[in-house]
Amino acid sequence: MRILVPGLAGRLGRMLAERLLQKGHDVIGIDRRPFRDAPSGVEMHELDIRKRAAEDVFRRVRPHAVIHMATVTHLLVESEDRYRINLGGTRAVFEHSAAYGVEHVVFVGRHTYYGAAADSPLFHVEDEPPVGISSFPQLADLVAADLYAGSALWRHPNIVTSVLRMVYTLGPTGHGTLAKFLRGARVPTILGYDPLFHFMHEQDFVDALVVAVDARPRGVFNVAGPRPVPLSVIISETGRTNVPLPGPLFSAALGRFGLPRLPRGALDHIRYPVTVDASAFVRATNYTYAFDEKATLRSYREAFPRPIAAA
Amino acid sequence: MRLPIDPEVRERVERLELPWNDFGLDPYGVSKNYLGVYFTALRFFYRTYFSVESYGIDNVPKRGRVMLVGNHSGGFALDGIMVTGSMFFDMEPPRLVHAMAEKFLARLPFASGISSRLGHLTGLPAHAERLLADERMLMVFPEGSRGTAKLFRERYTLVQFGTGFMRLAMKMKTPIVPFAFLGGGEAVPTIANAVTLGKLLGLPYIPVTPWLVAFPLPAKLEVYYSEPMMFEGTGAEEDEVVARHVEAVKDRIARLIDIGRRRRKGEIVPLPTARRSQRSLEPEGRAR
Repeated sequence: MRILVPGLAGRLGRMLAERLLQKGHDVIGIDRRPFRDAPSGVEMHELDIRKRAAEDVFRRVRPHAVIHMATVTHLLVESEDRYRINLGGTRAVFEHSAAYGVEHVVFVGRHTYYGAAADSPLFHVEDEPPVGISSFPQLADLVAADLYAGSALWRHPNIVTSVLRMVYTLGPTGHGTLAKFLRGARVPTILGYDPLFHFMHEQDFVDALVVAVDARPRGVFNVAGPRPVPLSVIISETGRTNVPLPGPLFSAALGRFGLPRLPRGALDHIRYPVTVDASAFVRATNYTYAFDEKATLRSYREAFPRPIAAA
Repeated sequence: MRLPIDPEVRERVERLELPWNDFGLDPYGVSKNYLGVYFTALRFFYRTYFSVESYGIDNVPKRGRVMLVGNHSGGFALDGIMVTGSMFFDMEPPRLVHAMAEKFLARLPFASGISSRLGHLTGLPAHAERLLADERMLMVFPEGSRGTAKLFRERYTLVQFGTGFMRLAMKMKTPIVPFAFLGGGEAVPTIANAVTLGKLLGLPYIPVTPWLVAFPLPAKLEVYYSEPMMFEGTGAEEDEVVARHVEAVKDRIARLIDIGRRRRKGEIVPLPTARRSQRSLEPEGRAR
């Protein structure tokens, strides 16, 4: 199959490219970032998905399937910019897919869609609304992109749309929200809170996308690997030191003393769990994960051992 | 920091039939370690301080989904805590009781984390259904916080029952084991409830005893379990149908309370609902 991947030059996109090539697919990438040392067999277009030239790629290549990974998820990019990229990009993907006969579109979303709140249930199911959004407006564009992608299910009935809400990734690339949060020697937590975190190995993340391309499940699906684990266990198993701080102190200390920077709204995500029920995806695709929680944490620790404090 | 865990407790935690992972955690984040510390602390209160007696424990299914439904007795969660002890110390094999934690708990630091590590998730319908679908044991007090607010003179009464538990049991095809809890009113004789003070601390109210704080006296505590009751249906029935079923459970609990009261006065009263009446006249867990 010819598979077009907007966002291919990201860390996970590169891993995906290799897996798709192994499976004998033709891989076409679109990304604003360069993909240096792209494996031969990858046709790379260094351009913005929202630009005219991207449509030309669709027209010429006529892909069978599109895996849309070109969403900005990290929070350092200004909100307004992210809005434009995430919503404009998603719109372009679906419009071009409809115009040029794409059979299957996979939207790679995030499980943070559900938000973290004191009264939200463990193991969210797909039909829940995104109630946590009020406490974390910085995530609004990702939620909107997720819902917009879901609306393709009725707007473009000829395209099989799979909206995937993926849990955090951990693994040797050290890419992703949780991985970056764990990077330092000391990891701040909020005193008195130890939420469950749901994560999967990067390789399993990529495999889930490959499985989705094969099975073409129509609808919205949570995607997870092993069961969630409390943050304190994640910190100790990756060889870090847990630094529990009282809530108010926590906000003040962020970005200092070697602690990571985080927006205010993210604090609820360190207080309360976001975990998902991924059984519908498993039923639709027979997906199984390869790395359990222990192996996933170990692979992160081996790639990113605890940094030694500067003297 | 590792707190000491009693060897008997450790052995019983190992025998809980739960899907532990390598970290000693179940999928909901229930922790072997937390359970060990909790039951080690509870052991003294359960066995010695209150010397809790469990009657009719054979009525409780050893495996599979089940709801324990009982009365509130005592100004705070003393009753619930002792029922978790009863299922852990007196059942063979021991079972983990999942209580549904009050929603205000989820906002409190420490309380939320600790209660969820012990299996007491926030009281949401989604949690209750998921736990039952997973063949767990759920404990429900349909009186809600109205029930824990009972004063000393009201200690053997029942206040209004909510109906949510019945709809849940019907929807999830779950047997209900009614139980009566006796003695909580003597252990924590509430003379008043300080509502304003409670609000300030983020609690619904704070029970006030003659010695002000709600530290419990070593009163004799007893739990009477009755035979399981099964209610057919989907849980979406009309209110009056559900209310009838709720009354049946409430009546059963009221009868158990009455029997327990008379026994506390020294009358010899057999337990009418026990399957093996001969054995269940003897308090469980004392035999060993």
